Amino acid sequence: MRRVVVTGMGLVTPLGGDVETTWSNILASRSGAGKITHFDASDQKCHIACEVKPADHEFGFDPNLRVDHKVQRQVDPFIIYGIDAAGQAFEDAGLTDMSEEDRFRTGCSIGSGIGGLPGIEKESLVLAERGPGRVSPHFVHGRLINLISGQVSIKYGLMGPNHAVVTACSTGAHSIGDAARMIALDDADVMLAGGAEATICPIGIAGFAQAKALSTKRNDDPTKASRPYDKDRDGFVMGEGAGVVVLEEYERAKARGAKIYCEVVGYGLSGDAYHVTAPHPEGIGAYNSMAMALKRSGLTTADIDYVNAHGTSTMADTLELAAIRRLFGDDIATMSMSSTKSAIGHLLGGAGAVEAIFSILAMRDQTVPPTLNLDDPEEECAGVDLVPHFAKQRKVKAVLSNSFGFGGTNASIIMKAI
Amino acid sequence: MSETADRVKKIVVEHLGVEADKVTEEAAFIDDLGADSLDIVELVMAFEEEFSVEIPDDAAEKIGTVKDAIDFIDKNKG
Repeated sequence: MRRVVVTGMGLVTPLGGDVETTWSNILASRSGAGKITHFDASDQKCHIACEVKPADHEFGFDPNLRVDHKVQRQVDPFIIYGIDAAGQAFEDAGLTDMSEEDRFRTGCSIGSGIGGLPGIEKESLVLAERGPGRVSPHFVHGRLINLISGQVSIKYGLMGPNHAVVTACSTGAHSIGDAARMIALDDADVMLAGGAEATICPIGIAGFAQAKALSTKRNDDPTKASRPYDKDRDGFVMGEGAGVVVLEEYERAKARGAKIYCEVVGYGLSGDAYHVTAPHPEGIGAYNSMAMALKRSGLTTADIDYVNAHGTSTMADTLELAAIRRLFGDDIATMSMSSTKSAIGHLLGGAGAVEAIFSILAMRDQTVPPTLNLDDPEEECAGVDLVPHFAKQRKVKAVLSNSFGFGGTNASIIMKAI
Repeated sequence: MSETADRVKKIVVEHLGVEADKVTEEAAFIDDLGADSLDIVELVMAFEEEFSVEIPDDAAEKIGTVKDAIDFIDKNKG
């Protein structure tokens, strides 16, 4: 099979509108959490989230940089974040000026876990209060999950595979893994791959709170609420944003002298076949997903220096850790593992892609990002470097990034430096 | 310029993201202002809202230029 490398990256997160701003804030142990400002959340159980900040904020996002005014008016925020992150990645890779022949071989695989929930909520109210004749003609294609891939392909003229994964919180990781396979199998030479989410709206917060998934204990102390592995954690903090990478066939990237961040060497995917929201108590799905990725990579657990955990700040954290312990055995003592959800919250369908990018940056800078708020780790964490509070310099040559989603869907990606 | 024309042009600028000076009365929504059929549906809805008029589908189909919209509204607004 053909080799696949990463040659571009783009991010829109609660800690920045681009890769470098986000990453420097992550390494500085900053939190993107705060009181919800997108709507009045005072009647909700949960009042906090990690929102993408407005353009005038110190680490805000300016939608006008890459997304046409008319498109902005028609689509949900997850699509705006996705188009921008894809544009950043494409620019970073130096590929925006492609021949038609190359554009036939370039595709998009940018998904979302939920899609345009704020718009669905809003237009449902229009329908109920004012009737069908007032529903926006852009309602459907402004909310559909595959419309990031659609919009990006139109913007750049990309006529290769046009795909969009929908696997809840595993979306971003599956998107990258599936796209890498399309290149490996010679269906494309270049793929924009990743995920986006923006569901910080009344029905989104209410829905996740009713499912008992969100932290509700720290409405007055938002930056302390996301605390993976800590004994006092009580649920995740919802984030929003997007992450997109440019995947490229290795020989092509080398021939054009591209900046190569790393190689995607392993991809594993599995199902829990257990429960709609709770992970399997023995972590079987998580284990199988990681084991499959490891086998494909040709590496051993001793080669993995950093794990970006799914680690959502829920009861599931220790189940993932137990599965990692079972897979790694004694090698668990020499790797570092952290959950960057402690800083930017849970980006749901965007999480896997954003966290893959953090893992790549850890390799680039030989620095692993911290797990914030880890004051009092669970007993099960003994002997594992969870990088509490502060980033840390160390050797990072190969990384594993995990994502697990509702429905019992698991994805793991292994990348290594070239 | 009539008050209706002012308000119509403002809506067109906002919805289509075009420069204000391009929105002349002769400008055709599709050929000159880059609108597609869905944009027209949205514009018609916005005109209905702004001027409290009802623009039936068969009338909406005849609105091709900015002037067509202004004339219809002037004739039909309450």
